[in-house]
Amino acid sequence: MSVFKNKLTLIGMIIILLLLCAAIFAPVLTPHNPNTQCLSQALKGPCSDYPCGTDEFGRCIFSRIIYGARVSLAIGIAVTAVSAAIGVVLGMAAGYYGRAVDEIIMRIVDIFLAFPGLILALVVAGLLGPGIGNVMLALALVGWMGYARVVRGTVLAEKEKEYIETARSLGANDLYIMFRHLLPNVIAPVIIMASVGIGYAILAAAGLSFLGLGAQPPTAVWGSMLSDGKTYLQTAPHLTIFPGLAILVTVLAFNFLGDGLRDLLDPRLKDKAWNRG
Amino acid sequence: MALLSIRNLTTIFNCEEGQLKACSNVSLDINPGQTLGIIGETGCGKSVLGMSVLRLLPANAVINGQIMYKNQDLLTLPDKEMCKVRGSEIGFLPQSPSTSLNPVLSIGEQLTEGLQLHRGMIKEKARIIALDILRSLGLKDSARTSAEYPHQLSGGMKQRVLAAISISGQPSLLIADEPTKGLDAVNRIQVVDLLRQLSRKTRASLLLITHDLKVAAALCDEIAVMYSGEIVEKGPAEQVLNNPLHPYTQGLVASLPERGLYPIPGHSPGLLDDSPGCRFYSRCPIGNEKCKCQPIINREVDGVHVRCLYIDQSGGAQQRIYGRGFQSEAG
Repeated sequence: MSVFKNKLTLIGMIIILLLLCAAIFAPVLTPHNPNTQCLSQALKGPCSDYPCGTDEFGRCIFSRIIYGARVSLAIGIAVTAVSAAIGVVLGMAAGYYGRAVDEIIMRIVDIFLAFPGLILALVVAGLLGPGIGNVMLALALVGWMGYARVVRGTVLAEKEKEYIETARSLGANDLYIMFRHLLPNVIAPVIIMASVGIGYAILAAAGLSFLGLGAQPPTAVWGSMLSDGKTYLQTAPHLTIFPGLAILVTVLAFNFLGDGLRDLLDPRLKDKAWNRG
Repeated sequence: MALLSIRNLTTIFNCEEGQLKACSNVSLDINPGQTLGIIGETGCGKSVLGMSVLRLLPANAVINGQIMYKNQDLLTLPDKEMCKVRGSEIGFLPQSPSTSLNPVLSIGEQLTEGLQLHRGMIKEKARIIALDILRSLGLKDSARTSAEYPHQLSGGMKQRVLAAISISGQPSLLIADEPTKGLDAVNRIQVVDLLRQLSRKTRASLLLITHDLKVAAALCDEIAVMYSGEIVEKGPAEQVLNNPLHPYTQGLVASLPERGLYPIPGHSPGLLDDSPGCRFYSRCPIGNEKCKCQPIINREVDGVHVRCLYIDQSGGAQQRIYGRGFQSEAG
């Protein structure tokens, strides 16, 4: 298995697995309830009782980060899944049918791309009102264009190949050809984009939570923890350092995984990836 | 009663340069169980003819005429009905085995597609039948083959798999598009055997599109010679190949290695060219002004239809003229 030969990919995978375990087993792993306030313990630095210290309400930052992983990973995965699904379906339709369908879909893509992503998400999330669900919707709405473009391009090349003609001569209709024959042939770049995209989605969600549009208090979210801690940046930097580190490590891990998958799935790079020691 | 009867088929591609007539006024009949060969050089429109029957042409193609298959006109069928005809009524054997299989699906998955699409089988049953077909086509370790992916198979095996796929829907007509293109002599013999096996096993009619006269001679009951979009000669295989009447057919036969490897001089006219007369005129040793301007009508000589002005009832005189032309050039 060449995945294990590339060290960075392996590190990325291990971190992601650890994060998933942390998110799943959060109640067992956390020393404190993430939302219990204990004002007498407020703004304490890291100590044996509170591994990452406490925030201004005396809540355990370590516990809040672990619980925050649930929300962050859920947002990252859900947003990426939805935007990849939208992008794949529209990109495939554009590439396969061509002509007017292609023109209309790709112009819609252009319109969406003309807006700066995070600003557009901000507008959508602002219109829909704060809340995790709305943030996911907003991020999915601004994240699908890349997938659509990549899939369209790959479909344009793949649909001319002879195996598509074989399938057609066997009586397959358009939908069958698209999902059974084309999809597995165009999915590799989508998987790579998605694994990097999860990291971006987590980052963007953190950004929106930082601006107060994500999950509402007292739910623990990495982005809003940063936002809350910024007041105490000079006196108690651990309020921002630890959630910041969590975001950094997670995004980095997904990027490592994405890079590794690209090497693995790109046939031209395949031999190198296989032989990498 | 013919199984497939093509009448006045004209296929036009609308291109930027104008209208490209890939098939003009083609009329053919295939009887049940019969093998009809379409021979001609590259670019003469023979593949387009096959694809017109299946209606698998790009969007800029316009097909006119009539393609009667089992008493229904395929050209007027709605798309959905046409999907049912493909694969289950008319099978297709594509020309390049190496690229005609989906690289990311296993052989088994691709083999069972036709069975599942047309015969409504569940996966397990389709698998058993697919393995049977594979075995009957000489792939002994069919269970292992069906678990493999196209890049793990040799060219010959892929050809067999494609043959198995093309007959999996039990079609009554099989269209084979240049099945021997780019193959070496040994593989060519294997493919000829394979096609013989197929037509014996399925009793399906075969429309064999090829530029290989020897393959056509080995397999076909009837032969139609195509030149620049038109059928120039058609009749029983032996007669057409042993006693060719049309100057082009004579040229084709004379260009065979064992007949002296005499090439036909010149090039075929572009398909955009739309002059009324004989399309072979510019390369024909016996052509004159009359051929250039006058529409040519088919004449029948001993059951062979020929599209040439200079065919007398016996057909013999003309052959000598042509033969002498080539020989004097060589010697």
